[in-house]
Amino acid sequence: MADKNEILAGLAEIVNEETGLETEEVQLDKSFTEDLDIDSISMMTIVVNAEEKFDVKIPDEEVKNLSTVGDAVDFIANAQG
Amino acid sequence: MTRLVITGLGATTPIGGDVPTLWENALAGTPGAKTLEHEWVEKYELPVTFAAEVAVEPSEVLARPETRRMDRSTQLGMVAARQAWADAGLEETEVDGERLAVSFATGIGGVWTLLDGWDTLREKGPRRVMPMTVPMLMPNGAAGAISLELGAKAGARTAVSACASGVESLDLAIELLRSGEADVVMAGGTEGAIHPFTLAAFSSMQALSKRNDDPAAASRPYDVDRDGFVMGEGAGALVIETEEHAKARGARIYAELAGSGVTSDAHHITAPDPDALGATRALRKALEAAGAAPEDVTHVNAHATSTPVGDKPEFGAMKAAFGDHLENVCVSATKSQTGHLLGAAGAVESVLTVKALQERKAPVTINLDNQDPEMPLNVVTGTPRELSSGDQMAVCNSFGFGGHNAVAAFRTY
Repeated sequence: MADKNEILAGLAEIVNEETGLETEEVQLDKSFTEDLDIDSISMMTIVVNAEEKFDVKIPDEEVKNLSTVGDAVDFIANAQG
Repeated sequence: MTRLVITGLGATTPIGGDVPTLWENALAGTPGAKTLEHEWVEKYELPVTFAAEVAVEPSEVLARPETRRMDRSTQLGMVAARQAWADAGLEETEVDGERLAVSFATGIGGVWTLLDGWDTLREKGPRRVMPMTVPMLMPNGAAGAISLELGAKAGARTAVSACASGVESLDLAIELLRSGEADVVMAGGTEGAIHPFTLAAFSSMQALSKRNDDPAAASRPYDVDRDGFVMGEGAGALVIETEEHAKARGARIYAELAGSGVTSDAHHITAPDPDALGATRALRKALEAAGAAPEDVTHVNAHATSTPVGDKPEFGAMKAAFGDHLENVCVSATKSQTGHLLGAAGAVESVLTVKALQERKAPVTINLDNQDPEMPLNVVTGTPRELSSGDQMAVCNSFGFGGHNAVAAFRTY
């Protein structure tokens, strides 16, 4: 279990590893595709790494609903329940 | 016929992470093989405990997201290609992407990615297999990544012909340029396959030297005590242009890529034809394509891997192609220093051949203590050999499992 700030920080690290973007740029209101310029294959890499890091399942059909970093943080927080 | 010239060189190898260092060490005679310090050597009780790893890790040169998205083989290729591109002065030049092609070879491709992915599947299940796995393991990964980097849209080709791949990439480049498909080609070869699995596999076929107690002396082409090749890794890259394109932009020209010859033995899947008919034909084809006579050749960068069975047929091919002139040809077996870079070997050795012509110096062969009397070649040992002034020709030989023979011929410019 992690609170949303910890999830955001963890997600920012994953995004940084994958894309080289500074962790500070990964904010809740940022869109993965529009703002962070993350392509679909990078998005899937981030999803796979997030599943491992947060010990959750993010179904493939759910990924398209995660348009912003905040969406992903909420989903992970709920999935961790 | 369109003349083709070499205007840029790049390399990352066991004896230098760039061309100036590689060249300096190749003249000095520097063994690149060392005892491997990876935990997996002991873990798997590998029968061979040494190899020639690159002098500069690609992670020291590339950005971290790049290393995560590229297999080691593509990383090494990218390092060499960027060097060659900058060396050719093309960073500051506008090149028409539709007239720019890539021909980047490999022997094996992304073997680390393939096997890591397999481990992940078995340990953690299919969900943990990374989405970038396929583009990272495919043998055309380096060609694709380099074409993306340079904006090359006239084709991105990959010669896959085992240890002949590097020279075959030049053959493909010639085709792209002479057919009028491209004005500039980024050619080369890469290999990043020093993995316990490949070491075990090559060792199983008795191809590798087992001189574990003295890695520096293990790669010894033409020596009576040679006992196998030394696994190496790295990449070489050459920017090849039509003479017209190079001159129009005022490029510095290293040498002419005069011709190439590719043949296949159809003799045995791994053993070279003892009569070396295929290798001889490849040599003759390269000279013919270059419009050269055997007597024009003064330097050979030989394939010479240091295996008991491999070195001799190459001697036979040279004897057949050059006849009595062979005694005047100075032969460098640079795998004695670099180890065998498999699909990158012919590319790195072509870089060395081009440097030899430009600097008029043939690099040295090390570890030749007792030359095998069955191969009376004029081998460069001790100190580099000066090449004469005037027009000089040199050839670079590469042969590979599968019966592949590839020869490139270069001329001073």
